[in-house]
Amino acid sequence: MSQLIKLNDNVAHIAENQWAVVQLPPSLVEARKQAGKVVLFKLTGEKTVSEEQLSGTIIPESGKVIVPLSVFIARKAQLQARINAGEIGVWVDTHEVLNDLAEHQADLNQLPIIAIHVERFADGRIFSLGLLLRTRYGFKNELRAIGDVLRDQLFFLKRSGFDSYLIRADRNAQEAMLSLKDFSAPYQGAVDEPRPAFLRYNRVA
Amino acid sequence: MYKYDEIDQRLVDERVAQYRDQTRRYLAGELSEEEFRPLRLQNGLYIQRHAPMLRIAVPYGMLSSKQLHKLADIAQKYDRSYGHFSTRQNLQLNWPKLEEIPDILAELATVEMHAIQTSGNCIRNITTDQFAGVAPDEVVDPRAIAEVMRQWSTFHPEFALLPRKFKIAVSGTKDDRAVVQMHDIGMEFYLDSQNKVAIKVWVGGGLGRTPILGSVIREHLEWQHALTYCEAIVRVYNLHGRRDNSYKARIKILVKALGIDEFRSQVEAEWAHLKDAPNTITESELARVAKHFEAMPYATLPAHDASFDAAIASNPAFANWAKRSLHAHKTAGYRAVTLSLKPHGKAPGDASSEQMHVVADLAEQYSFGELRVSHEQNLILADVKLSDLFAVWEKARANGLATPNIGLLTDIICCPGGDFCSLANAKSIPIAEAIQMQFDNLDYLHDIGDIELNISGCMNACGHHHIGHIGILGVDKDGSEWYQVSIGGSQGNHASIGSVIGPSFSAEEMPSVVQKLIDVYIKERTPEELFIDTARRLGVAPFKAYVYAKDEVTA
Repeated sequence: MSQLIKLNDNVAHIAENQWAVVQLPPSLVEARKQAGKVVLFKLTGEKTVSEEQLSGTIIPESGKVIVPLSVFIARKAQLQARINAGEIGVWVDTHEVLNDLAEHQADLNQLPIIAIHVERFADGRIFSLGLLLRTRYGFKNELRAIGDVLRDQLFFLKRSGFDSYLIRADRNAQEAMLSLKDFSAPYQGAVDEPRPAFLRYNRVA
Repeated sequence: MYKYDEIDQRLVDERVAQYRDQTRRYLAGELSEEEFRPLRLQNGLYIQRHAPMLRIAVPYGMLSSKQLHKLADIAQKYDRSYGHFSTRQNLQLNWPKLEEIPDILAELATVEMHAIQTSGNCIRNITTDQFAGVAPDEVVDPRAIAEVMRQWSTFHPEFALLPRKFKIAVSGTKDDRAVVQMHDIGMEFYLDSQNKVAIKVWVGGGLGRTPILGSVIREHLEWQHALTYCEAIVRVYNLHGRRDNSYKARIKILVKALGIDEFRSQVEAEWAHLKDAPNTITESELARVAKHFEAMPYATLPAHDASFDAAIASNPAFANWAKRSLHAHKTAGYRAVTLSLKPHGKAPGDASSEQMHVVADLAEQYSFGELRVSHEQNLILADVKLSDLFAVWEKARANGLATPNIGLLTDIICCPGGDFCSLANAKSIPIAEAIQMQFDNLDYLHDIGDIELNISGCMNACGHHHIGHIGILGVDKDGSEWYQVSIGGSQGNHASIGSVIGPSFSAEEMPSVVQKLIDVYIKERTPEELFIDTARRLGVAPFKAYVYAKDEVTA
């Protein structure tokens, strides 16, 4: 069975996964991608991905693929025809910077899908990144969570603007879907419902 | 105090169902230890030395009689008939069973309580002054905004998994009693030159392994923007705070690494997008919540009460208690009463189910059915008539709640320590008890005067040892328990972090070490000086010299 949950008009269902995720080849040098250091990397211009990894990434010749942000930036010219054909999506790691994507792809909505990869489920940067893509960068197409995606984070992912969740292979996606409905009337405004409870309901003291 | 409406009640009910299912999946092996960990922590459940520990939220320290009765019943039914009031104004149960937590939550939900976000890497219980709403020096009652912020932070989707825990404190008094400078975000409410409510925002304070006082990120913020501005701060932190090393993951480390000016400019850039967004607090929402915190229906009373004055004059024990335990009140003829949870020789902050029932009854009978928990780990009846104080004292005294030591040396702030907590390096409660027994003489205690002694069993600093006038920190040396002593720390407007006096001591030495520190103070003080003043004036040197002097010299 497919591990992919998609949300259509706020109704969740199991969907077939049409997108293949392209991985970077393993690095020979230790990746430097800790949170907090990103700020410093930006200042020093230091990269977290090597040239060898970028050129060595194998992108399938056909079909719908989601490529790593760094590969997308480095090899965009080569991918342009397929971008125009709507066959290319981009995935972003939680330590990466969304501005880098926006700088190289002025119209994000040319991408049918953006995925955020979360290495550990407890990495809450994914929520801020989803929110920023939706509210700051105006991304309207499919926004997918990939990686260590587990049931108990789904409600937060939904509220942060994700409408597609690739549940970790060893877990039951059908059961996970239930958690999208954990709370029926959350307090604060978020991406899925920008109005906080005090604007949505007539709350009287 | 705040009363739930349908929306609030539905949320805690849904939480009970959610957590019940998470517990079921964990017990069925569908969730690994690692996966269940943040889920149980965000519900205040620690796995401790002997049993799990459950931390129940007491938002900004406010409780009703009904709630306290329920807590007493829960402690009796699911635990060993006592609870521990913590420095976060919460209540901790030390012996609940993991499988029974969902039932405890269901019982809590019936009295509008929960354990949401009392631990874990998320926004924690928002704390404030225990005298909010009644203190004469109060400029703005911060409780309505604290409640609005509680709701905003509850299950905030973007901030569900931060790099580390996040603590917010609010205060609205001239004398800060909420220690805003030692929080991740501190909000000091005041009236600006237009006589409008404004907030001075501090960021990046904290104790723990790297104690730092907060920096001012904004001098003036209109109250309407409290949520969106916090959102900007926490977003910058969520994206850029370190996640590779939990000891370096608090916001204070990020603020320090970037510098407050760079951090501020990132926050302001973020806020430019958020200002006036739908999460901006409306007048009507503030008014709705503030209605719950309106002044009590006080009687019109004279400033003095003859029966109270007579009791003070004729009963020295009552007079002693009144001197330490009463706090001035906005309304003539009323006082706020602090009930001591620090009887000598008992674990500071502990209350038995029986005592909780007694306090709940006292609140019902004499204080409009409400009470507060202070971060000093005592209980407060905020609205007692002068003429009722004697009756309150008698009942409290009969139940071990009237030790006249509020603000004195034996009013020790103390974490649960190595007896219970699996993080602790050393025990803290026995040290507190030993010091209390060393100074078990009330006249002497009163002579020593106002002083704060704080004990933490490890550098996580739950006992706030850095800001104790005397701070004691449990450390581990080669597997045995030692205690490091600092002096000169302080909370309040002139908050400071204490200085370590030298090498650490064994548990047995601790009462005499504190005795020697007090001896130096008594010898050196000027008539008007408190311990902290003398410690600040003289510095560590004379204290250190005397404490570490060879026995033959001092004998």
